[in-house]
Amino acid sequence: MKKWSFFVPVLLCGFVLAITGCKDSSNSGASGQTIKVGEFASLTGSEASFGQSSHKGTLLAIDDINAAGGVLGKKFELLTEDDQSKDGESATAVKKLISRDKVVAILGEVASGRSLEAAPICQEYKIPQISPSSTNPKVTAMGDYIFRVCFEDKFQGGVVLAKFALQSLKAKRVAILTDVSAAYSAGLTTYFKEQFIAGGGQVVAEQKFTKDDKDFKAQLTAIKTQNPDAIFMPIYYGPATLIALQARELGITCPLFGGDGWEAPELVQGPGAAEALEGCFYSTHFAPDQQTPEAQEFVKKYEAKFGAKPDAMGALGYDSALVLADAIKRAGTTEGAKVRDALAATKDFQGVTGKMTIDPERNARKPAVILQIKGGKFVYRETVNP
Amino acid sequence: MTEFFQQLINGLSVGSMYALIAIGYTLVYGVLRFINFAHSDVFMVGAFMGMYIGRTSSKSSIGGGLMVMAGAMVICALLGILIERFAYRPLRSRSKLTVLITAIGVSLFLENAGQLIFGPNPQPFPNIFPSHTFQYDQVVLSSKDLVVLVVAIVLMGGLQFLVLKTKIGTAMRAAAFNPQAASLMGININNVISFTFGLGSALAAAGGILWAYKFPKIDPLMGVMPGLTAFVAAVLGGIGNIPGAALGGLVIGIIETFVKGSRWSTWSEAIAFVLLILILLFRPAGLLGTLQPEKV
Repeated sequence: MKKWSFFVPVLLCGFVLAITGCKDSSNSGASGQTIKVGEFASLTGSEASFGQSSHKGTLLAIDDINAAGGVLGKKFELLTEDDQSKDGESATAVKKLISRDKVVAILGEVASGRSLEAAPICQEYKIPQISPSSTNPKVTAMGDYIFRVCFEDKFQGGVVLAKFALQSLKAKRVAILTDVSAAYSAGLTTYFKEQFIAGGGQVVAEQKFTKDDKDFKAQLTAIKTQNPDAIFMPIYYGPATLIALQARELGITCPLFGGDGWEAPELVQGPGAAEALEGCFYSTHFAPDQQTPEAQEFVKKYEAKFGAKPDAMGALGYDSALVLADAIKRAGTTEGAKVRDALAATKDFQGVTGKMTIDPERNARKPAVILQIKGGKFVYRETVNP
Repeated sequence: MTEFFQQLINGLSVGSMYALIAIGYTLVYGVLRFINFAHSDVFMVGAFMGMYIGRTSSKSSIGGGLMVMAGAMVICALLGILIERFAYRPLRSRSKLTVLITAIGVSLFLENAGQLIFGPNPQPFPNIFPSHTFQYDQVVLSSKDLVVLVVAIVLMGGLQFLVLKTKIGTAMRAAAFNPQAASLMGININNVISFTFGLGSALAAAGGILWAYKFPKIDPLMGVMPGLTAFVAAVLGGIGNIPGAALGGLVIGIIETFVKGSRWSTWSEAIAFVLLILILLFRPAGLLGTLQPEKV
């Protein structure tokens, strides 16, 4: 006991110092030396691949902006919080960024569910939020401070994938496997079904699972009895690999296709994964072998900095920071309401993922690409314009 | 009909893995009368040990696969004994609730240590057994399901032999029946409890490897869901009863699979829990359990 009576006050002092120390450094973003921008991302956990790519793209953009002299004479400073791909963490991370770090804008997230978690908070504090790659329509419907620089699921599922299934795959009978715990998956399923059936296709089986499921054989067995031309899997890359492996084990040979949730090198990692997914397709925002000058320059810079080719999440992370910088420049201030108005007025902005215009619903209108998996690599196949 | 048989195979394969994990819960409960919540995390450690050992050889063979499994089982048995020695034994004379809370603490410790050491992101598990598919008409039996079934049956058979026919098994049963009387008969209770923990943890490791081999993406939180389901299976079969745990695992696995294959797929867990409540209403001690009056 004696030992403790000495240590406790010392520890308390340290604790108090630590807290006040933090407070000192948290002066308001705009009035300080730099413009503070907050980012929350899934740097670890089940969608870590997305978070890491997106974060790297954003980092590169911040470097580029600062190398060009910053905005309004000030450099950008990026403050990043990891939400560990967990529900509930995003709200905490964003609250901390806004109220303690006093950021002027929030960049994030990839997963729609976690962007939806942060949106009400950004809306409440009137801090613009730009999601780099959440495609669920609900995200920007959360309020007039919520933007995105990617296309949304209505376009991806309804126009891009339904058209692709009917015209390129020539699939008439499609089975759908949905992750009902992800807003992203449920959204894509709805829009795909609408347009696919309207275009003359038939949905022969609809199976569902929830996050953390590992065994999909029951659903796949039920799908197999319907003998579909293709299976639509609007889900994230983690379960996609396991489903492909189990489908091939059960003797299902038809092509599988999905949305931008597949976009991760982990999709084809592990024994048998690349073979199971050979010839399958997914739609996404960006392909590194896409031949536009902006894309090629971005790929070169990204490879020089990180030693690997960027994927769509990286490109969108990059674009999200550039769009924000452009809006702050046009607004001439970092005040939330003015930046919001400038963001809403973004027109024909040339990003690395293509030319985008922010529509009245605060979504980006821009083209999509379809990639095919060949020999464990993602190969560019076609571009679909809005 | 082919769909029925295919689903039955799918269900048996998952169910036998639940059974292996459930036996671990039941073994510890039988001797110590508490739920070892860290069990599902020993399962995870087993899978990771299997991954590290399995990566040392690029070829997959039956012998190699069994070696990987044996190695991971030994490591996890040691881990189980250590957990018991340092986390539970000092609290043996305290109330059951204290030990239960400690078990949850150990579980969280293992999960977070796993995130720190193994990394939080899902990693691919090597193919440790050769793969082949057997087809009869439209029903497919993959080598993965076959390995899972055979290994689970062999392990459960071996366990039944150990518990019923060997000296240490007799000691375990005696300790489960009445620890004080058993120690008065000259049984070293501490050794028996250590052995039980080692045995249960080795089975968890085997379950973890089979799980990882069948679903080759593993992460430090992989044990949570199967652990919970296996716990339900152990209660369903009658906790403390080894054949009951095996039966409970199979029943849950098969029901889950059939529900998932129907259009109520997202209700699979809810239906499993409703079933648990129903069975406990009519048989409060579980399917094969016998009700013992609580001694005051």
